[in-house]
Amino acid sequence: MPVKVMIPTPLRPYAGKHNSVEYKAATVADALRQLTSQFNDLKRHLFTEDGKLRSFVNVYVNDEDIRYLAKEGTPIKDGDTISIVPSIAGGD
Amino acid sequence: MSPSPRLWVSDVLAGNIREHCARAYPHECCGALLGRDLSFLAMDPDIDVRTIPREVLALFPLVNRREDSPRNRFSVTADDVRAAERAAQEQSLEVLGWYHSHPDHPARPSEYDREHAWPWYSYVIVSVQAGSPAEMTSWRLADDRSGFTPELIEPMRDPAAGSSAQEAHDAR
Repeated sequence: MPVKVMIPTPLRPYAGKHNSVEYKAATVADALRQLTSQFNDLKRHLFTEDGKLRSFVNVYVNDEDIRYLAKEGTPIKDGDTISIVPSIAGGD
Repeated sequence: MSPSPRLWVSDVLAGNIREHCARAYPHECCGALLGRDLSFLAMDPDIDVRTIPREVLALFPLVNRREDSPRNRFSVTADDVRAAERAAQEQSLEVLGWYHSHPDHPARPSEYDREHAWPWYSYVIVSVQAGSPAEMTSWRLADDRSGFTPELIEPMRDPAAGSSAQEAHDAR
């Protein structure tokens, strides 16, 4: 059974309008790499130009924020759900 | 030049946004715009779906989590985003975007706004001058993240369901 990656609403236009996609992956980084390979336009919204996850992009494995696990190296197993959750920031 | 995207906001909800922004002054305020994006109604694949109006039907006011510089920054945590999404789902709506204020600054997106923006969402900005709400504008991030496209705010009739989310949230 693969892992499911949940796509947030603002990114669905760049991911073939899918709510979720499924991959065989061993780590969060592996799943995100497959995601941005399949949908190249997602890359600029998820990652900075030097390849780091943008600060306002939050990734959860099931209900755990990967910042408190092993970040993008967090291992995943079949049946896990990876959620990409926005945080919002701005100001004058 | 392609037509501007459009956001329908009733006078009542626009007034509620302005009131929240004035109440928070001199700090920035923030909240979620809940409603419906009607672009799924587009049958013609040649139509630019961004020109099909979105309608804001309720608000979900939030607490600005930026405690270090709340006068010129705002922050909505992932937990707050998820709370807004749950509130929207409970009303069969979706989170269309976010509003925030610019105290004593114009209602124009800043470079900081651009760097932190998501595509697709509508970003409503209210200028608050010396405590009084002034101009209100809306914007959407360009696909290539290079800048914002202005979104026209158009009045619509006041939705009966428009106050429920806000009253529930304010009562907490």
